[in-house]
Amino acid sequence: MESAKYVSQKVSKARWRPVSSSFLQQPEIFATGSWDNEENKISIWSVGNYENSGLEDGFEGDPQLICENKHDGDVLGLQFLDQERIVTASSTGAVTIFRHHHNSQTISVSQQWVKAHHYPCDNAPCTAVVCSSPEIITVGEDGRIIVLRADQDCMAQVIENADSSTIHAVTYLRTTEILTVNSIGQIKLWDLRQQSNSASQILSLSGDRVPLYCIDRHPNQQHIVATGGQDGMLCMWDVRQGSMPSSLMEAHSAEMWEVHFHPTNPDHLFTCSEDGSLLHWETSSHSDMPSFLQGNRNSSVTSRSAMALAGGNQSLISAWLNGDSSKSRLETTHMLPSQTLSVNSLDVLGQCLVCGTDGEAIFINKQVPV
Amino acid sequence: MQNISGIRPGKRMGFAWGPGDILVYETQNKASGPTGSGCAFIHVVRKDEDIYSPILRKLFNESHHIFVGLQTIKDDLPSKSKKPQFVSISRNYRSVIRACMEELQQAVSILLAIELIWNLCEVLFIDAAPAGSLLLHLLDWVRLHKSDVDEKAKGVLQSDSPAEHRDYWDVVLSYVLQGRLEDTRKMLMKQAMLQPAAKSMYKLMDSLLSKMPFYNPGGTQTLTEFDVKWRNWHEEVDRYLKDNSFASNQHLEVICKILLGDEDVLLEHKELLSTWYYFLITRLLYCHPTVKPTELHYYAQSSMMMFLDSGVPEPLDSILLAAFEFDIHQVIKDCSIALNNWWFVAHLTDLLDHCKLLQSHNLHFGSNLREFLLLEYASGLFTHHSLWQCAVDYFDHCPEFGRVYLELQIERVPLDTERKALKVLRICEERQMSEQVRSICKIMAMRAVRNNRLGSALSWSIRAKDAAFATLISERFLQDYCAKGTFSDLDLIDNLGSTMLLSDRLTFLGKYREFHKLYGEKCFSDAAKLLLSLMTAKIAPQSFWMTLLTDALPLLEQKEVSPHLNIGLK
Repeated sequence: MESAKYVSQKVSKARWRPVSSSFLQQPEIFATGSWDNEENKISIWSVGNYENSGLEDGFEGDPQLICENKHDGDVLGLQFLDQERIVTASSTGAVTIFRHHHNSQTISVSQQWVKAHHYPCDNAPCTAVVCSSPEIITVGEDGRIIVLRADQDCMAQVIENADSSTIHAVTYLRTTEILTVNSIGQIKLWDLRQQSNSASQILSLSGDRVPLYCIDRHPNQQHIVATGGQDGMLCMWDVRQGSMPSSLMEAHSAEMWEVHFHPTNPDHLFTCSEDGSLLHWETSSHSDMPSFLQGNRNSSVTSRSAMALAGGNQSLISAWLNGDSSKSRLETTHMLPSQTLSVNSLDVLGQCLVCGTDGEAIFINKQVPV
Repeated sequence: MQNISGIRPGKRMGFAWGPGDILVYETQNKASGPTGSGCAFIHVVRKDEDIYSPILRKLFNESHHIFVGLQTIKDDLPSKSKKPQFVSISRNYRSVIRACMEELQQAVSILLAIELIWNLCEVLFIDAAPAGSLLLHLLDWVRLHKSDVDEKAKGVLQSDSPAEHRDYWDVVLSYVLQGRLEDTRKMLMKQAMLQPAAKSMYKLMDSLLSKMPFYNPGGTQTLTEFDVKWRNWHEEVDRYLKDNSFASNQHLEVICKILLGDEDVLLEHKELLSTWYYFLITRLLYCHPTVKPTELHYYAQSSMMMFLDSGVPEPLDSILLAAFEFDIHQVIKDCSIALNNWWFVAHLTDLLDHCKLLQSHNLHFGSNLREFLLLEYASGLFTHHSLWQCAVDYFDHCPEFGRVYLELQIERVPLDTERKALKVLRICEERQMSEQVRSICKIMAMRAVRNNRLGSALSWSIRAKDAAFATLISERFLQDYCAKGTFSDLDLIDNLGSTMLLSDRLTFLGKYREFHKLYGEKCFSDAAKLLLSLMTAKIAPQSFWMTLLTDALPLLEQKEVSPHLNIGLK
């Protein structure tokens, strides 16, 4: 099912190039970024569909390297801006736009903000980047949030000292609102129209302030957000309702680095972790199964509903918010054949999954059951 | 010995040893006379270039995966059921080596040699075939590493008239030397068609070739029965040679003599055999196919002496000879000396140790051989800016000194980003290396304080459960308050939650801020009660007592509050 390609560099980020949804194509091109190398790289790969392959189980052969370029510093964030351009976040504090030239199959730097994130006397790593062309939003260890626009050199907006600790990840909630997570376990909601230096809303888990490292928003139900952090727990939040998570699920035994809802089948969720595992979560609601049969799971997952949703129309409440309970079932599957070093990044599009590890390997699965 | 480029000749050098390299610099040390201009450069000389090759990195990563899998094979299973697993793991290692060779455009002779040695060790030590099967495995071994025959054969077969190709007889003889008699027969048929007059001779040869017995390990025939059958066949071939059945065809006569194991004829075809161990296997095939493992060394030594004119063996030859002599320790020792990277000996020794083939071979500092080699290998990996993560698993499986080595090395990993620090911390925490955890967290926290990232600093102190540092951070906040009159980083202080309990000073900070909030919301009686408890709980720093008393003043004016405060302050 999964084939490993060893690439001689530790992979910190992997992302599929977006495909035009009207063609229902499976993605073929993905980009990776490396870290912890003397010379880091951003690379573009192809997993072509070989028509007369005759191979089974989604094994399509090795990904082929198309082109690569030197990258100054670790690649801590990577996103496709559009079909040709990729934005990266660097450990040097720089934000760079690379352009992939399809004709010559080369990649080159198109635009760069060199010291976007910085301390007064030092570099500060830029930890994450998210974009919605032409707008690019970056966050860093310096606690800044920066709004940039591709093709404009000046910074559109800078929120100084947005956070007293490191901001690890950022995601769009709506077109003008973003969510960030930090080292003291808080989700902050920012309204970019307000141009203020403080968050509109702060959500956090009571008790331990476990640092949060990743966040993703449900593609259709925009109030539902998933986060993961240092303790490897998967938390589901409803940003409309209060400041506490609605369910907590034990997922990994070490830091969770990325969480992704499937973009078109959001009943499916994927998480990857420092403990070397990649989990595929599938929820189904309105289960007619009697409770004593619901004990069957692929891997041991326990959950607690931190908050019972009082009243409300059950059918409208996402199964995710119920976690794993009598109201909805949750199935988890390990997607990698055996334990590896940390899985740093994953991306899923259509039926295709790509992930990168500290074992200097990339895994591709082209038949994800969604 | 190599010249280091960039060093000016005639200059005095100083140097210092590093973990995997040497720091070299020009010095000004002179007995007398004016000093010239100094050189501003420092040179770093690395001895292990292999590690830095991208293709060999794949070798290191893939073999790391196999190594970890091997360590988890349960010890309590009987060795019989484990042998196929060990053989399979050995083959995995070998396929990784071959994959590397394929990627490197030119076959690196070191990798070829490594694979050859490893394969022989697998046949002799891990698979440990008994007499009968032993020869068959050795035949496979030789055939795997002498693949140029197939290249030549392809050339011959693709030509217009294969039987007249100049390499034709070379190919036929090579097939015979490798015991590939089916292929020999097919090739000979082409020649037979060209020489109808000699039809009966070719038919005879074909029949002899088809009748040669090969031992079948899975069959019902015992070794003795096979031996009898083989001797009968051998005698039959001898009879045909002696009555000159092949006298008129020089090629067929040579083949016949080879089938009889005629050593002089074999040695006449040295270029086809190319190595003494190929000669050895052919010799055994046609003289003594039921060779026992314990008899191998005698044949190996004599083969080597007969084959090598100069008599001086290369390092590879000595290693292979030691293997045929079943002297595992000598094999490992010679490999360690001959190869400049510990990868091969470390992994092979580890596998052999799992097969329980190494007796504990005490070195002067008391660790056993397997652990010594793994430690050397892993220490080398640790000097690499990226491969240090693989090295951790190797240290984990060195029971005596692994932990100590890891503790020393892990502190040297540079922590450029928070993400890297988090990974290093996770490694330390999983192994209960609490001193290293505290040390790393303190480094990160100090850095954060220097950059005025107090929230980050606090988060590191929480991770290390470092109350002292949390106190330090709280003092910073309180100092800031005294200086500016307001709190900075309210998002942090307002949301401390249970982390407040980490240190008294932190608790005070949180509660004091709460007091301010209550006052701002005009909940004066609650504010007063809180202020009172802060004063009486004695968690306020002395420097703050005046501030607290000053804060109490406006509250005293509030009617609802004053009775409480008056009683408390007394």
